[in-house]
Amino acid sequence: MQGSLRRFGGSHGLLEKLRAGLVATGFEAAHAVAPTARAALWLARSGCRVLEEVPVGAACSAETLEFLRSIGVRTLGELFALPREGLARRCGPALIDDLDRAMGSLPEGRLFFAPPARFAARLELPAPVSHAEGLLFAAHRLLVQLEGLLAARQAGVRSFRIFLENRCVEIGLASPTRDAERLSHLLRERLATIALERPVETIGLEAGDFVPLAERTAGMFGDALAEAEDWARLLERLEMRLGRGAVHGLAVYPDHRPEFAWRRVEPGEWEPREFRHPGPRPLWLLEMPRRLGEEEFQLLSGPERIEAGWWDGDDAKRDYFVARWCQGFSLAWIYRETGEWFLHGLFA
Amino acid sequence: MAALEDILQRHSVWRGAVFARPAETVATGYGTLDRELPGGGWPSGALTEILGGLKGIGELQVLMPALAALTTAGKRIVWLAPPHLPYAPALAAAGVDLANLAVVRAPGRRDALWAAEQVLRAGTCFALLAWFHRASYPELQRLATAAESGRAFVALFRPREAEREPSPACLRIALEPAAGDLALRILKRRGPPAGAPLRLPLKRPAHALGRAPFFALPSREPRAHRRLGVPVHP
Repeated sequence: MQGSLRRFGGSHGLLEKLRAGLVATGFEAAHAVAPTARAALWLARSGCRVLEEVPVGAACSAETLEFLRSIGVRTLGELFALPREGLARRCGPALIDDLDRAMGSLPEGRLFFAPPARFAARLELPAPVSHAEGLLFAAHRLLVQLEGLLAARQAGVRSFRIFLENRCVEIGLASPTRDAERLSHLLRERLATIALERPVETIGLEAGDFVPLAERTAGMFGDALAEAEDWARLLERLEMRLGRGAVHGLAVYPDHRPEFAWRRVEPGEWEPREFRHPGPRPLWLLEMPRRLGEEEFQLLSGPERIEAGWWDGDDAKRDYFVARWCQGFSLAWIYRETGEWFLHGLFA
Repeated sequence: MAALEDILQRHSVWRGAVFARPAETVATGYGTLDRELPGGGWPSGALTEILGGLKGIGELQVLMPALAALTTAGKRIVWLAPPHLPYAPALAAAGVDLANLAVVRAPGRRDALWAAEQVLRAGTCFALLAWFHRASYPELQRLATAAESGRAFVALFRPREAEREPSPACLRIALEPAAGDLALRILKRRGPPAGAPLRLPLKRPAHALGRAPFFALPSREPRAHRRLGVPVHP
């Protein structure tokens, strides 16, 4: 670590960061600093400041401990004073190797820590919570842990699951992220729509859908990207509370029947299809055409004959007219099918 | 005279004939309307209320030129809680680029108000059209505050009865049908009160076919019209 100490702000700065991170995730830790990894481990385990004061229990196996206690050796300092060959013969070379590694005379190969590919954690709440929003604080801790794991893997999540007792809530995202604040916002919106039947005592978080996600660098195209991200986040937030499919875009579709001449699509998705209609089309379309009595309207122009759909069973044989709808001088789009009159749209 | 000019310059004197500071606006596309609005168009970053309970009198046509201009320039617009289906072929025919239009359906009134606030706070859209039957003054005030943080033109469609209620909107317009055209009364705007109502010549389908505008009140004999036969589309 020596070479990177300046990057982290000296050993004090590094320890501070570690401490803050551990507090956020809710762990308690003892820490120690030493020239070698093994020595640091022993120091942290025992809580001593100096390697010589560490009791042998922190460094040896149980049987070696028995033997050492029987000959009156209590601390590592006394252990170092014993003759090497005799100790190796009696306790095995493993002990001597460990001591050498701690002192730095033998190199110690360690595997790089590979963060796991899934995240699963549970948290016991100090008191049962019956209000969904009260869970947010506990969930935030788990989300911070998840953020740490994702940062280590340079990845983001596209969805995650929250377990309230046995109930599972799945939350999907429009774009991958590892930002704990954003995940927390989304979770808050979703929790606001949930009613808890029983108080919740444990909360769990699981996430497995990791995708590679690099750090976002603000560059020349930062503004357009940021704008697109803002829009994506707004959509996410709206759908989280209003439900899937609450936000949609519109697209035209080549079909003669007016109710099928348009589609709901993902907002922003649109294929430029040209489809020229021979007559005027109203800006408002009624979802259900409304029966009209013959005295309610006055025809202005028409008819436009639309006959289509006999191939999929929804056949339509209608004459469309523009009419003045007597109830309020509105201009309406009405049609006659099999002798009955229906209101289908309004020219707004 | 010099002293008067001096006073007007140095002290903040409200001058009745002059509009308030020109804010950013979106041109309405109708010359007569642009001339009557402060800044020459629909106000951005503030609420506009459009009052008129009837549908099908041209209430959307008033906004179409502005919406078409915004969407073809790549700017997003959002429709919130529309009373009927916005019909895609008609919107496309009016010049709106559908790729920049999003429709939000909200199950209840409070959800709709929340969604409006979210959209305005996010600041990513340039126009928001929303339909509210009831909205109290504090709720509208919240939307006005949210609108100020962005640059969206906000059009709130409300029923005619809302005219009697106070409103924090900076522009209030009442719409009425008038013999084939649309009569527009400006109830409130930044600056001096408006004069006579405007008549806007809207694009109506009957006009497009070259027929004379329809003047008379609905007659009692609709059957007679149909029996005589109506002209066919060209």
